[in-house]
Amino acid sequence: MTAVERTEPTPILPETFARWFAQRGWTPRAHQLELLARAQAGRSALLIAPTGGGKTLAGFLPSLVELFERGAKPRRLLSTGKEVRRSEGLHTLYISPLKALAVDIARNLETPVSEMGLSIRIETRTGDTPTSKRQRQRRDPPDILLTTPEQLALLLATADAPYLFGTLKRVVLDELHALVTSKRGDLLSLDLARLFRIAPGLQTIGLSATVADPDDLCRYLVPQAEDGARYADLLVAADGAEPNVTMLEPGGDLPWAGHSARHAFPQIYELIKQHKMTLVFVNTRSQAEMIFHALWHMNDDALAIALHHGSLDVAQRRKVEDAMAAGKLRAVVCTSSLDLGIDWGDIDLVINVGAPKGSSRLLQRIGRANHRLEEPSRGILIPANRFEVLECRAAIGAVADHAQDTPPLRTGALDVLAQHILGTACGEPFLADELFSEVKTAAPYAGLTRADFDAAVDFVATGGYALKAYERFAKIRQNKGGRWRVSHPMVAQRYRMNVGTIVEADMLKVRLVRSRVGGAGRTGPIARGGRILGEVEEYFIETMVPGDTFVFAGEILKYETLVEDEVYVSRTTATDPKVPAYDGGKFPLSTYLAERVRKLLAEPAQWLPLPETVREWLRIQQWRSMVPGRSDLLVETFPRGGRYYLVCYPFEGRLAHVTLGMLLTRRLERAGLRPLGFVANEYALAVWGLGDVELRVRRGELSLAALFDEDMLGDDLEAWLAESALMKRTFRTCAIIAGLIERRFQGNEKSRRQVTISTDLIYDVLRKHQPDHVLLRAARLDAATGLLDIRRLGEMLSRIRGRIIHKSLDRVSPLAVPVMLEIGRETVYGEASEAVMAEAAEELIKEAMG
Amino acid sequence: MSGLIASQIVVRERAAPSSGAITVAGVALAADPAGAIYWPEQGMLAVADLHLEKGSAFAARGVLLPPYDTAATLARVADLIARYAPRVVVALGDSFHDGRGPARLADTDRAVLKAQQRGRDWIWIAGNHDPDPADNIGGRFLPVFKLGALTFRHEPTAECEGEIAGHLHPVARVAGGGRAISRRCFAVDGKRMVMPAFGAYAGGLNVRDRAFARLFATLTFTAHMLGQRRVYAVGAKRCLPD
Repeated sequence: MTAVERTEPTPILPETFARWFAQRGWTPRAHQLELLARAQAGRSALLIAPTGGGKTLAGFLPSLVELFERGAKPRRLLSTGKEVRRSEGLHTLYISPLKALAVDIARNLETPVSEMGLSIRIETRTGDTPTSKRQRQRRDPPDILLTTPEQLALLLATADAPYLFGTLKRVVLDELHALVTSKRGDLLSLDLARLFRIAPGLQTIGLSATVADPDDLCRYLVPQAEDGARYADLLVAADGAEPNVTMLEPGGDLPWAGHSARHAFPQIYELIKQHKMTLVFVNTRSQAEMIFHALWHMNDDALAIALHHGSLDVAQRRKVEDAMAAGKLRAVVCTSSLDLGIDWGDIDLVINVGAPKGSSRLLQRIGRANHRLEEPSRGILIPANRFEVLECRAAIGAVADHAQDTPPLRTGALDVLAQHILGTACGEPFLADELFSEVKTAAPYAGLTRADFDAAVDFVATGGYALKAYERFAKIRQNKGGRWRVSHPMVAQRYRMNVGTIVEADMLKVRLVRSRVGGAGRTGPIARGGRILGEVEEYFIETMVPGDTFVFAGEILKYETLVEDEVYVSRTTATDPKVPAYDGGKFPLSTYLAERVRKLLAEPAQWLPLPETVREWLRIQQWRSMVPGRSDLLVETFPRGGRYYLVCYPFEGRLAHVTLGMLLTRRLERAGLRPLGFVANEYALAVWGLGDVELRVRRGELSLAALFDEDMLGDDLEAWLAESALMKRTFRTCAIIAGLIERRFQGNEKSRRQVTISTDLIYDVLRKHQPDHVLLRAARLDAATGLLDIRRLGEMLSRIRGRIIHKSLDRVSPLAVPVMLEIGRETVYGEASEAVMAEAAEELIKEAMG
Repeated sequence: MSGLIASQIVVRERAAPSSGAITVAGVALAADPAGAIYWPEQGMLAVADLHLEKGSAFAARGVLLPPYDTAATLARVADLIARYAPRVVVALGDSFHDGRGPARLADTDRAVLKAQQRGRDWIWIAGNHDPDPADNIGGRFLPVFKLGALTFRHEPTAECEGEIAGHLHPVARVAGGGRAISRRCFAVDGKRMVMPAFGAYAGGLNVRDRAFARLFATLTFTAHMLGQRRVYAVGAKRCLPD
């Protein structure tokens, strides 16, 4: 650990505060006092503490004490010539990833403030804050402002920023571990760099759950220097009791594949009955819907069970959270939507259905049941299939070892940088040299090159095109002093409407209406004005035909029609709904857990605690084929139904496997092996075709080592990226964040679907004419870790070099069954389009001839 | 029932592009998967809705789209000219995204256009985006062009026998294998044709939209969808609304 450990300063806790703690019957916790001491010594610090450890109060204590000592100093009104405003700006800024969290924390802070009679003004500012209040805040700011990264960016992009933040003493960053893993974290880091420049002497406090490398977060919290990394102090609060994590012993009917965990629904229901309050975490929204639906059907005891996921209407989610807090619920079925946030209610059991995916995530989820530090939190894992049994077992081992597998700190994205550059210009004119130095103090951008920075500035100004066609349409221009400034007020206005880095897939509102009388056919009159149930991704609805049924918000709904950006649905009595393919909250298996699963497989001595069905499965695999060694890649080939199959087991997660599948089929095609398709899951990949791979290997005409060579990440990858729908989706996100395409238009949100120009078309044109454009580079970097997981694939290919073990079989092996069962279940978004058209055309021919 | 984890594709066939035969008012036309038609008897190539300089039109409004759309569109026209060596080229209107488009045309693109026009008759049909003749882009300007049994105009009209029009940017949507896809298409019912938009940045309108219902008797037309290397004929009944 390289974070600076300093000699401990002594905290000074004013008498008023000591009395307040005593009145509540509390003793200030060690980490609360220590953090206060660090702050009083002028240090920035990262506090890592478990949930329920008084972490938030610790974060605010230094500011409350300072403001108490400042006293009720009346702040004078000053005239700026244009307007009247208070003499002082903000004292403390609190940033939370969730606006609901900011609101809750503000409410909770009011208790100590009013009980101690402190004269401190605390306010929130979110997208929901009324305009009048927001305007007032800019002239008459509170002492403490609780807000989100997007609102901070907006405030910084105004001329008021030097006034508002010039007196800022401290920034408190809550749930920092969650903030830093995304582009939001990149944007926030740039805004922090700006704050450090506007407010000299600014301190930061980061609050975080346990992470693999706290040093990353310590760097994030303070300005970086050219000559080496700088770190905030690190404080780690004592852990609570060891968590008690077990796996639900599956019955004899453990499925080979699938993720429904249907076999365990009665047991889940029994567990809910036996506990006061249970959180049931699942990996996807569709699973949440399915389990909630099933539990509701077996709910003979009328237990109060609720549903919570990111697609549900915000008001509905808040209702569930409030009911939890009030102790009115017995269980909530939820996705990662409840990973963050304050403790709602007195949870005594956390159930995780399906694969845990990662050790840190699992620990954080189980920590939700840890209300009192001294009591162990209780978690139960429920595997939905055989492979997930292995993953659950590996995860229990990881939890016992306190192993953390949070991802390393991101490299700052160029599209986010472009947005920040425009925002900076909206605030006040800037010099490129100065802004470049400032940006490099943000940890994610410490390694930024001047060339990339200049490319981003050029992009903001005129699009960054080699063909200099748009000088006269520039969004920012240099004035005589060389400062870049916004060329038109309209540019700033557009920036404000499009700030932020969260680009959801295009969402459509789901509105409940009465069903049309009569059959399908052309869009007829339909009752309007029903209730909004939530939102679904547009691409899910694109797969649906009017009349299709699906589960949403706990009900089976029938798709009626699409009206502008709303999906009209009606209630139906159908019993076999289509499962929504909207996959929010799907995380890939972490590299660390994958490694543990491979190790578990490779050591039969460790199989003993596994259920008998799973042991038998592995033993038959040993006998029929083999169980791969820890670092080996097992490749099985076998014929089946007139086709030749190749199944391999990289254990690198579905995203990396899909990319591998795309690249392998290209190579097999070139080798004349006529591949027909592939299917991937979290653990394995199966490719099939008309050519006999095994025969070609036996004759020495094809080597598996060459087939799996890392050089597939060269030309093959480039050729595939040219047409990959996943790559186009990645590009779209970058184009929106960077401000090439607007996601919000003034006044006409409704006509979005008609107005937007397809980013797919832009991608095709740009890729052909300027392949090194900054946005394409940004998209490629995203693809390395995002939807295509290329980096992980590269690491795998390098790991298995010289370690490929080929088993030529006469039929499918037991280990291959789960992935083979996935065949035909789902297609990758956007691929195989010619086949769909060919099939549709085929039907026309049949109709004509028949 | 679940199975959300698996992924599957079918590898695409690779073959040379081939055009599909479409008959309109008794005239046999070749529908090219690039989105153009060729009339062999007349040596005539027709494209619709080029929307040249759409990128720069957006740029003028502050959306700095890549300025390569005109070059990209003209390059695809060049491919077609190389393949068919037409005596006549008809651009079915909305050839430029706006009236000032011709003036914004880059010198290099103008030179490419002029080279394509050399040695052949080039007809600009008036569109709603570009109703007036423009300077320095060559060719002839006509509101409507009639040849044999066919009438070429921008906006489809009630008079339908033998009409080849553009304007609507038809796109067809079909589903299969658990998913749906959209592609530009020719909408044809034997009497008339609505051509797909050709421009690199041109958007699309679903053929199940009301605008098409006004032109074709209820779902009796065929959508000839543009594939990578061939055109796929799909019955209107099979096409999905949005």
